Amino acid sequence: MADIAISNVTKSYGKTAVIHGVDLAIRDGEFVVILGPSGCGKSTLLRMIAGLEEISGGTIAIAGEAVNEKEPRERGCAMVFQNYALYPHFSVAENIGYALKVAGVAKAERMRRVREVAKSVGLEEYLDRKPSQLSGGQRQRVAMGRAMIREPKVFLFDEPLSNLDAKLRVQMRLEIRKLHQRLGATSVFVTHDQVEAMTLADRIVVMNAGKIEQIGTPSEIYDRPETLFVAGFISSPPMNLLEVTIPVRGEAHAGDIVISTPAFLAGKPGAAAMIGVRPEHLEISAQGRFSLQAEFVEKLGSVQLVHGSFAGRDFILQCPATQPVAAGQRLLFDIPAAAMHAFDPATGARIPKVQPAGRQNEPVAA
Amino acid sequence: MIERTPVLNFFTHLAMLVGIILAALPIYIVFVASSHDFQTVNIVPMPLTPGYSLVENYTKVWTKSDFGTKFVNSFIVATGVTIGKIAIAAITAFSIVFFNYRLKMLFFWLIFVTLMLPLEVRIVPTYAVAANALSPIQGVLNGLFNAPALLLGLIGIEGLPQVALKLPEWNLLNSYTGLILPLVATATGTFLFRQFFLTVPAELVEASKMDGAGPIRFFWDVLLPLSKTNMAALATIMFVYAWNQYLWPLLVTTRPEMTTATMQLQKLVPGPLFGQPPVWNEAMAGTLIVMLPPLLVVIFMQGYFVRGLISADK
Ligand SMILES: Nc1ncnc2c1ncn2[C@@H]1O[C@H](COP(=O)(O)OP(=O)(O)OP(=O)(O)O)[C@@H](O)[C@H]1O
Ligand SMILES: [Mg+2]
Repeated sequence: MADIAISNVTKSYGKTAVIHGVDLAIRDGEFVVILGPSGCGKSTLLRMIAGLEEISGGTIAIAGEAVNEKEPRERGCAMVFQNYALYPHFSVAENIGYALKVAGVAKAERMRRVREVAKSVGLEEYLDRKPSQLSGGQRQRVAMGRAMIREPKVFLFDEPLSNLDAKLRVQMRLEIRKLHQRLGATSVFVTHDQVEAMTLADRIVVMNAGKIEQIGTPSEIYDRPETLFVAGFISSPPMNLLEVTIPVRGEAHAGDIVISTPAFLAGKPGAAAMIGVRPEHLEISAQGRFSLQAEFVEKLGSVQLVHGSFAGRDFILQCPATQPVAAGQRLLFDIPAAAMHAFDPATGARIPKVQPAGRQNEPVAA
Repeated sequence: MIERTPVLNFFTHLAMLVGIILAALPIYIVFVASSHDFQTVNIVPMPLTPGYSLVENYTKVWTKSDFGTKFVNSFIVATGVTIGKIAIAAITAFSIVFFNYRLKMLFFWLIFVTLMLPLEVRIVPTYAVAANALSPIQGVLNGLFNAPALLLGLIGIEGLPQVALKLPEWNLLNSYTGLILPLVATATGTFLFRQFFLTVPAELVEASKMDGAGPIRFFWDVLLPLSKTNMAALATIMFVYAWNQYLWPLLVTTRPEMTTATMQLQKLVPGPLFGQPPVWNEAMAGTLIVMLPPLLVVIFMQGYFVRGLISADK
């Protein structure tokens, strides 16, 4: 039983505040990914949970117990560091078993558990090697083994895969997910890689500039970004954004282009809005109402991205790789109203979809 | 960088050769002198090839000077100073690098400033302390006790009783403690360890915290093993430094059974003061004997350096 309750936590270094009042409840056994751009305070938040960083304000409770004043070792967390932080002078076995040695576990018992853990991370043959004699992926496994052996209540990961090559990263991602399914320990995983976040997380926490922008399952975050920041940050290629004004019911103007707006924006004539639509949701067809001149084409295997500009902004269309497209060519497309997201350009907040017939707000996905 | 530059190669080798000759020639001459008998060594010019009295000279100087006892003394002092210096340097650097407390920088600079105060500069007060190790404490206590009376005296109230505290005398002269302790304080070592500790990644500290290790555990299990090559370097330098100490042992020891090998060297050359012709062959033999231990330490420790440098466990 180890849920983590973070309430109104702040962090400042001297006068500079880097975390501004974060509230987050992580359920027991949940895999939560903290996602955000570099410097937004992800590591700082994680390190405050671990006890490596003092908490300037608010409380963090693990399993119902406030841990603000507790030493890292008393919190029952294990951490995997970005650069592994293995002890260079210890063998793999000593690295994995060090926590047990400190805890005073007898040698025979310790070796038994080291072997068990090494087996589960596939390191049995390397027990006598030094970290310097291992590959990046193997070192990563040692770091995981070192975290696992203590059977912690909480696993903390700080960008553990960012030093690996692309292929190994995918493989280790799977292994981490499997490990979580097997052990069921509460896990908090920090990354700035959204694919990692999407594939690993039960829930994603999107952070920006020391604040939480949105908390939700991967599909909630993808389908219904709550802020302009989340809309722009999640998914690659990024969402297309258009700055529009809504002079008349049912339509929006972006420059001299007229876009028919979805029903929920109908009631807001005179308002300015940001309309967002993902490249993969645009419909390319010969009957399309809008046109875009391809500036360059990016081929990604099964699909290709057509970059151009539309209504004075950079714009991306996604189409199947089979469709022949060349730079300079004009493409016709439609923007389906159902795929549109709208945001208030002043606050960045999502403009909720209100049914014009006076019905309730759109149902929130479970 | 691999280059083929025969001319440059020739000159670098030449420079190296000249360097070696400059360094080794005096030692060779000492060796030659120590291998001749008394008559031959005093011929002018002295022959430059070894003679036949090598073993005889060495055994004679060894027994005459009682080098057995002196070597034991020197070893105890040099080893004690080396261990003491490494221990103190590692602990102070550990405190300065890994802990945050008020006045930390002040302490660091205090240690640093002592670099400018080698033993030779503070030798008189150090001797006074060695003669009675508790005298500074006695002085401070007396000062504290008498401060009120002194202050009142300044404003005209006199006649308060003066305290004259007398602590028992603790004499360090003619003892290993007295020979070792004043040499143990080390700013160089602290500085060396500090520079090394600063290169230890912060994640290693954090990893050990997560593994449940406290500061002492971390120091012992992680930091010290990682500093092996550093310690070897410091140990070499400090052993040679302590072995070669001359002035301090000369001051604190008066009894012959407490003197060190280096001190004994000065007695081997009677010189004009004693009216005898100097026995150069034996003096040179003694010199070489006394030179040997530091030389062996350097050679032995050099192996460690090289191993430390090429093994990738950093
Ligand atoms: N010791 C420190 N003193 C002052 N500022 C700090 C300190 N450590 C971190 N910061 C600041 O806090 C902010 C958050 O840092 P943090 O390491 O949490 O970022 P991050 O989200 O993990 O970024 P990245 O993805 O690059 O690791 C940054 O702006 C950083 O400059
Ligand atoms: Mg970080």
